[in-house]
Amino acid sequence: MKLVISSEGPNPTDRVDPHFGRAPYLILFDSSSESFVAQDNSAQAEAAQGAGVQAAQIVVALGTDALLTGHCGPKAFDVLSAAGVKVYSGFDSTVMGAVRDWQGGQLEPITSPDGAGRH
Amino acid sequence: MRVAIASGKGGTGKTTVAVNLAVTIARQGRSVHLCDCDVEEPNAHLFLDPVFSARWPVTVPVPAVDQDLCSHCGKCADICEFNAIACLPDRTMIFPDLCHSCSGCWLVCPQKAITPEEETIGNISTGKAGELVFTQGRLLVGQSLVPPLIKAVKDVSGDESWIIFDAPPGTTCPVMATMQGVDFVVLVTEPTPFGRHDLALALDLTRQLNISCGVVINRYESNPGQVENLCLREGVEILARIPFRRHVASACAEGGLAVDADAEVAAALSELAYNLTARAVTA
Repeated sequence: MKLVISSEGPNPTDRVDPHFGRAPYLILFDSSSESFVAQDNSAQAEAAQGAGVQAAQIVVALGTDALLTGHCGPKAFDVLSAAGVKVYSGFDSTVMGAVRDWQGGQLEPITSPDGAGRH
Repeated sequence: MRVAIASGKGGTGKTTVAVNLAVTIARQGRSVHLCDCDVEEPNAHLFLDPVFSARWPVTVPVPAVDQDLCSHCGKCADICEFNAIACLPDRTMIFPDLCHSCSGCWLVCPQKAITPEEETIGNISTGKAGELVFTQGRLLVGQSLVPPLIKAVKDVSGDESWIIFDAPPGTTCPVMATMQGVDFVVLVTEPTPFGRHDLALALDLTRQLNISCGVVINRYESNPGQVENLCLREGVEILARIPFRRHVASACAEGGLAVDADAEVAAALSELAYNLTARAVTA
């Protein structure tokens, strides 16, 4: 399984960024190798508009199975849903902590966007 | 003479000045066309009770994808500066409300899978309000692409000797769309720190657009010094000072004209008309 986590920094010990599209980093976690790889997302973080659409495309292109984030806006949710990427939201912890929570297997993916978008 | 009435700060009296200036000039026997370019919140009609004779939609082209022809190469999403396209491995998604109608995607698509479709962003109404020709643009709820609608509103104005554009507040793209191509910009401000601050931003904008401008100080009473000092320092002419009168505010709240409510206010608007006419002669 491949996860992407929106992050405030490049390390697994950094906190989950509450905003998906404008998070400064997207961290890819591969459960087969238990490895974290950070991807700079500053281009989207500074986009005038459509940051969520662009970030969602990147998540899909990475071959991601699930996204862990704080909140996911409507356009990003549409793109991720169309590509079959599950979205788990509401994380308020470190990236590593979010992955551990998710690995607990008790969490349910969201079925509708839970962010306002446009910010 | 094509004049835009703008401000920077909202609520300084752009519409009050635009409407009352238009009426003042029309009463002098000249042909005037007032265009309400504040298409997100048009309100000049409230003071004029216009009779509209025509109304039509304004559209912009947005991409539509034929998923059967699409090869999912991603060139459309790459060229889109506005992040309005998401290219997924088996599907290409369009977000029309992010599109700026640049045509890049349908020009670059190697499969000819993208074609432009017209989307309605708003409506234009035009007619008469007394002696004035009056045109108004109104953006549809949910639409966010304002400049094309403002340009369409401006295109309605014809050979009238005075064309007055009531601009939206701020210093963003809709304001620039209103100012582009005009002969002169009137910046309406108020004698407050906020008014002074946003006047400085608006002055900077007119300089970047290389358009001559002058200032009207509305609600002129005590402590106008900081606004006057800014104009002095920047070398900008103060075209008129409109006194602050409670009964004028009451009359405007009832949908009346400020120039009919107070002789001093009427005199200030006449002075503005005179100063603009002088500009028109020398332009």
